[in-house]
Amino acid sequence: MSSWIDYTVNGLIIGNIYALLAVGLALIFGVSRLINFAHGSVYVVGAYAGFLAVTYLDAPLPVTIGIVVVVGALLGLGIERFGLRPLQGHAHIAPLLATIGISFVLDQLVQLFFKPDPRALPSTLLDQRFQIGSGTIGALDLVIAAIGLLSAGLLYYFLRYTRLGWAVRATAQDRDAAQQMGVDVDAVHRTVFAIASGLGAVSGVLVGMYYNYIDPAMSFQATLKGVVAQVVGGMGNVPGAIAGSLLLGLVESYGIALFGTSYRNLFAFVLLIVVLVLRPNGLFAGRRRAPPEPLTGTFIAPSKPINLPPSALLGAAAVAALVPLMIPSPYVLQVLTNSWLYALLGLSLTLIAGTVGLVSLGHAALLAIGGYASALLTLNAGVPVGAAILSAGLITAFLGTVLVFPSFRLRGHYLSIATLAIGEIVSLVILNWEWLTRGPIGVSGIPSLSLFGFELDTDRSVYWFTLAVMVILAAVQFRLLGSHLGRVFRAVRDDDVAARSYGIRLDRYKALAFAFGSFAAGVSGGITSHIYSYINHETFNAQLSILALTIVILGGMGNVTGAIVGSVLLVGLPEVFRVAAEYRVLIYGLVLLLLVRFRPQGIMGTL
Amino acid sequence: MSALLEVRGLTRRFGGLTAVDAVDLDLGEHEFVSIIGPNGAGKTTLFNLVTGLDDPDAGRVRLAGHDVTGFSPEKLAALGVARTFQHGRVFANLSVLDNILVGAHVRFKSVRPAWPAPLSLIEPLAELALALVRPGAVKAEEARMREEALAILARFGDRLLPRKDNPAYSLSYANRRRVEIGRALALGPRLLMLDEPTAGMNQTETAEMQALIGDLKKSGLTILLIEHKLDMVMQLSDRVIVMDEGHVIANGKPAEVRNDPKVIEAYLGHHRADRPPVEEAAE
Ligand SMILES: Nc1ncnc2c1ncn2[C@@H]1O[C@H](COP(=O)(O)OP(=O)(O)O)[C@@H](O)[C@H]1O
Ligand SMILES: [Mg+2]
Repeated sequence: MSSWIDYTVNGLIIGNIYALLAVGLALIFGVSRLINFAHGSVYVVGAYAGFLAVTYLDAPLPVTIGIVVVVGALLGLGIERFGLRPLQGHAHIAPLLATIGISFVLDQLVQLFFKPDPRALPSTLLDQRFQIGSGTIGALDLVIAAIGLLSAGLLYYFLRYTRLGWAVRATAQDRDAAQQMGVDVDAVHRTVFAIASGLGAVSGVLVGMYYNYIDPAMSFQATLKGVVAQVVGGMGNVPGAIAGSLLLGLVESYGIALFGTSYRNLFAFVLLIVVLVLRPNGLFAGRRRAPPEPLTGTFIAPSKPINLPPSALLGAAAVAALVPLMIPSPYVLQVLTNSWLYALLGLSLTLIAGTVGLVSLGHAALLAIGGYASALLTLNAGVPVGAAILSAGLITAFLGTVLVFPSFRLRGHYLSIATLAIGEIVSLVILNWEWLTRGPIGVSGIPSLSLFGFELDTDRSVYWFTLAVMVILAAVQFRLLGSHLGRVFRAVRDDDVAARSYGIRLDRYKALAFAFGSFAAGVSGGITSHIYSYINHETFNAQLSILALTIVILGGMGNVTGAIVGSVLLVGLPEVFRVAAEYRVLIYGLVLLLLVRFRPQGIMGTL
Repeated sequence: MSALLEVRGLTRRFGGLTAVDAVDLDLGEHEFVSIIGPNGAGKTTLFNLVTGLDDPDAGRVRLAGHDVTGFSPEKLAALGVARTFQHGRVFANLSVLDNILVGAHVRFKSVRPAWPAPLSLIEPLAELALALVRPGAVKAEEARMREEALAILARFGDRLLPRKDNPAYSLSYANRRRVEIGRALALGPRLLMLDEPTAGMNQTETAEMQALIGDLKKSGLTILLIEHKLDMVMQLSDRVIVMDEGHVIANGKPAEVRNDPKVIEAYLGHHRADRPPVEEAAE
């Protein structure tokens, strides 16, 4: 019994911390219709600012909080300046992608300064606990609750009784009308980003104190939790975000009590998907109202794509095939092999996010499904490697499509969040489904590549095999785009209402594109698992999803050659220049940010 | 004349506002009927209800005698209902020709096999396979559709044909409207519904469009037209329906409707000064 009180208190405290994040996300979404993916980075920066204040300045708690708020607010202003303001009038999903880029940059900078290892964030309050009834409550719990209530109170006062707060509400309700009435929308954005980020940063430092633990990798999870809480409460709905956060905290806490910690996030993401699909306006809104628009998610900048003639493409393939004979360096071959594997992922994503316009943020999950399928088929069922890779492609096509199918009705940002959550769910299922996937230990001893009984045991043969698979699938994708299906996919992307009115069943064609694209990703994951010989649930992580997105934007959305070029540039070049791993993610983030801002059509142009 | 479209008691409410209020409408085969009325009268909402983009709160829609109330737009398109959109909805990144070809989607039969129940589950896969392998019949169908699409483009003189490979976003406003009409024709419609096809066009362009719509009428198409330009409506229509505040307030021959006092009042807006009269205001 007493433990239930503890779980409840714990859930509410965690919920309180989520609320500080989610309220900020809701405010930002309210005024700018942007899901700020850099919010988790603000949280991490807040945690580290608190860490510095406590360890080096010996600052007492109120001073620490004050410093953290200021740092967070300044950072928020910066995010607004670079992630949102320059992108007004761009595709609606552009600021979202920009904030993903910003978060990569910020997280990586924090990692470079503070090293990736976790640190302790000591708090003297941690040890004091009070007895209430049969349970206990800590002094820190009370502080967190107090800060939560105080922030909510201040925010309420600000929104309700100040001029600027009124302007914020007016902008959230109808941006154009507010502008016409003389509201300085830019100032509103700055204010909201500053407030939201101040709260987010405080959330970071409180979590750090609560667990006495901070590390730069907390960022992504924090963003996700904030987004889940916000979706549950209704996008842009501030009181809803608080309620959603408390609910999420409780669900997680009870979930841990019943099933153990490794299930914690699984609950959060399943909750997200269920709410998104069944109640896209959140739990507290009417059912029939359409979710806030406009949120079309395509990222297609008008452009003149560079169309290479088939002879040039064949020539390029031939040159690629000759590389092992001209440059026998195993290192170069491995790097290029890797590029071809990413190109396969790029082919997949450029079709799904570019051609049919479903901006997937969880694409690495398809690699994971393919990788595990192929590895387990060879190990557990003795399937020959070649057949296993092919089956892995088919299994991924099927599973991927089935998993995403319920989300096809979602549009724009909502679909992107859903794919992100599905990606996380896949990785958590892999972690928890031990009898099949061997859980956290991962799968080792995966047989190396072979085809029709011939071992592909040289770097050259692996290279040729991967190149051949990639070229074949690229050729098939070209043919697909040249058929009526290419036309239909792009029609669905450009205007789904008009497409329906001309007899195009959206689900059917989204599923077809998704299945086709997932096949390539599954094959890529399958081949990778045989090359690595060991995979676990983190081998294909969320960072890969964003790398894939950067690759296809760099190449030009929907563009087959672009996906290959983007992959060689983004995966191959850093290797060639031997860029250290920690700088690579920084580069990916910067490239994404710059592309979205300056060259959304990529190198080869969108199709 | 047998009724192709029969609408009975069709109603759609948005919160407290009844945008379409118990509307009855009949449209005979080969008939040309125009719907006029001030902005906000509910004309576009009526189109959305008939074409399945919106669901009515009450009432029925019958097409060629079959109840099609609540059918999806996809299904209605397959039954031969084609429409254009008031605010223009071309596929911006598709070429002009591809826009027209998408309009013909429901007429692609070889590449989109239709199989009975259990087999229908693998229809999409068959479609994918046929699109990739492209047997003779599929190729021939694509070629035939392209020919027809070019013929449709030719109906617009040299407005579209020279631009057939340009993306639709690069077209002028008027040309985008033309592409929409071309796309609707490509469906091979039984019922063609045009929502303000001349909105935003100058006089020459309007005259050209009127001539084209006149030709379509002569070819025997059944047409439902929403239009503000009364000259055009009076010249083309067999019958005119006037809507105001969700109701049908008049229905008859152009000459009768023109002199109906209720219509004049609705148009002059005696009872509601806040409404922009006839010519479309920016929406
Ligand atoms: N999706 C919607 N939600 C709320 N109100 C709507 C919606 N669509 C139309 N309306 C309202 O219904 C009324 C009729 O609109 P509409 O059918 O577009 O008129 P018309 O085409 O005759 O100008 C208008 O008052 C409009 O504001
Ligand atoms: Mg209208």
